[in-house]
Amino acid sequence: MSAAQWRRAMNSSAQTAQAATGTVGAIAAGAMPVIQPPVAREPWRNPIAARHVIVLLALLIYPFMATPFFTFQIAGQALVLGTIALSLTFLAGSGGMVSLAQMTIAGLAGYMVAILGTSASPISMGWPWWVAVLLAIVIATVFATFVGWLAVRTEGIYTIMITLAIGVAFFYLVLQNYSLFNGFQGFHKVTPPVVFGIDFGEAVPYYFLALFWALASYFFIKYLLRAPFGIALQGVRDNARRMNALGFNVTAHRVAAYAMAGVIAAIGGVLLLWYNKLITPGVIGTGALINTLVIAVLGGMRHPIGPFIGAIAFVLLQTFAIDSFFRERFNLVIGTVFLIIVLFSSDGLLGWWARLRSGAGGAQARLKEPT
Amino acid sequence: MSRFWKWFWMVAIGAPILVFIVWAIGDNTKLFFSTLLNGLTLASLYFLVASGFTLVFGLMRNVNLAHGSLYLLGAYVGWEVGDASGSWLLAVVAGFVVSALMGLVLQLGVFRFMQGQDLRQTMVTIGISIVLADLMLWQWGAQIYQFDPPEAIFGVARLPLVKAYPLYRLVLLLASVVIGFVLWWFLNQTRVGMMIRAGVDDRGMLAASGVNVQLVFAITFAIGAGLAGFAGVVGGTALSISPGEDTRYLLASLVVVIVGGMGSIVGAGLGAILIGVAEQFGLAYAPTYGIVFTFVIMVLVLAFRPLGFLGRAGR
Repeated sequence: MSAAQWRRAMNSSAQTAQAATGTVGAIAAGAMPVIQPPVAREPWRNPIAARHVIVLLALLIYPFMATPFFTFQIAGQALVLGTIALSLTFLAGSGGMVSLAQMTIAGLAGYMVAILGTSASPISMGWPWWVAVLLAIVIATVFATFVGWLAVRTEGIYTIMITLAIGVAFFYLVLQNYSLFNGFQGFHKVTPPVVFGIDFGEAVPYYFLALFWALASYFFIKYLLRAPFGIALQGVRDNARRMNALGFNVTAHRVAAYAMAGVIAAIGGVLLLWYNKLITPGVIGTGALINTLVIAVLGGMRHPIGPFIGAIAFVLLQTFAIDSFFRERFNLVIGTVFLIIVLFSSDGLLGWWARLRSGAGGAQARLKEPT
Repeated sequence: MSRFWKWFWMVAIGAPILVFIVWAIGDNTKLFFSTLLNGLTLASLYFLVASGFTLVFGLMRNVNLAHGSLYLLGAYVGWEVGDASGSWLLAVVAGFVVSALMGLVLQLGVFRFMQGQDLRQTMVTIGISIVLADLMLWQWGAQIYQFDPPEAIFGVARLPLVKAYPLYRLVLLLASVVIGFVLWWFLNQTRVGMMIRAGVDDRGMLAASGVNVQLVFAITFAIGAGLAGFAGVVGGTALSISPGEDTRYLLASLVVVIVGGMGSIVGAGLGAILIGVAEQFGLAYAPTYGIVFTFVIMVLVLAFRPLGFLGRAGR
């Protein structure tokens, strides 16, 4: 590479880096091989604002004010779907890798719990629930890592195609295979465990279980994004070549991101199994894969709170907008909403919120195209 | 990769396949060859769908995830026309035209405004495919439709080894080979084909040399979409049409194109043969794990050639 070419390459990458928001850009432009935490404060010593306390209190009080229907069907479902979509938001927003296989990973974890644990089917091995759950999460994470290893061999647009192909292939596998996945029937009567007399199949305990894991995943991702790994990952998203030149192993960072997203998706999958109390191929069908993307996009990928907002909107829409004319046309409604969001506000509801807050200046809050 | 490893992998992958072929022919000759023919028939369908997909991607870098919906739309409209007019040929034409028009509308109404925004285009096509799938379910319901091909190509053909085989499927096989050649001729020997190839290689340069790139895009999109609609009618005759087929053929196009290499017509043919044959052999010899073969092929290709057999790096 000649000197002129080199200079040009460096200049263009510096421009991209500056276009990137905040700390990542500053670090990339500084061309320092040492990654420093972006803020002097330690990540766990975040100032707690009033709004955090209010939201947390509201979440804690909510199940005692709402009916069991609202606690379980609305909030419980939204928390679980939000957790699964969070894994996609993390991959897409911070890693620039849109993986459509996150629901597949969740579904695999659910299937494993059903197969290793107890259900109405004789295929189930009847192991204790905690063994089944732990093994299921490990298996699903290994699978997620494998998916990541495959997907990161290519970039950008190919990632969507490969993960979609993997997801649909897995759907057809569970549909056609009767010896292990019980085919079209799937597994029914998978009951959540009863621990110390608390039945997690009940509305309120289930809500708190889902809330706990949703919060844990949320704060884990928030922590990760400020940890050196998260900063490096965002650097890889913005300019992989430059990060490579700085001595970072781009592939390893990406695969590790898939693995971490896999853990979260797997936890969500187990919770989803306990929510439905059954798992069938329909749970991980193409529609479900796409719905995860819809939730993530609906909420916005800029911040880990996005998928939860998206999930609440999605679940509310699914439950209430379908009453009159749209009873059977739910996909039409959600597809149209999704289209409107991608066409007019590529940063979802969060983007609208940001635009409302900052007036005309909100344009810069749009989602960046990972290139 | 060193020469040794190349040979090692060729033997490691080729030897079991060879052993299987010898065993299968010895075990049941008729089953083996009819499965092979079924595989090739399916491959010709996959090729028709995937060639349009790969053409559109090669030129516009647009992963059109609504491609499966175009297949199903062509099939349904073709069925309506065929039912009303009683002519199968008219149905085929209608399938092609309707999907081509739909493709044109998509290109002119949507994609023209988001050139170069890969991710956004992909999301939009996902949204469109959700909406289209539900609209079609609304209009045509969940039942299964079937075509009646004309008498001349309906019936049973007598062949050596297989004995009897549906004549229509052989015609389909032949037709897709012919279409493959026409496509090749169109791309390599005509002026518009030359423009398309030039656009694949360097879009900016093509525009700079005075060609109306938007027009070339529109033509390509129409042809690609039309091929999907054509395949819808032709495939609907060989098999059947029902909701959910859109996903199936979308998956097929995705895998075929991943294996064959994005943007390459020859690659699409190669991938289609590999995937179609593997799927049919999977169905015949290991029914409940059939899809695994498709998956394994995809994994192997991605592991050794991330861009597919004939794929080239993007610009």
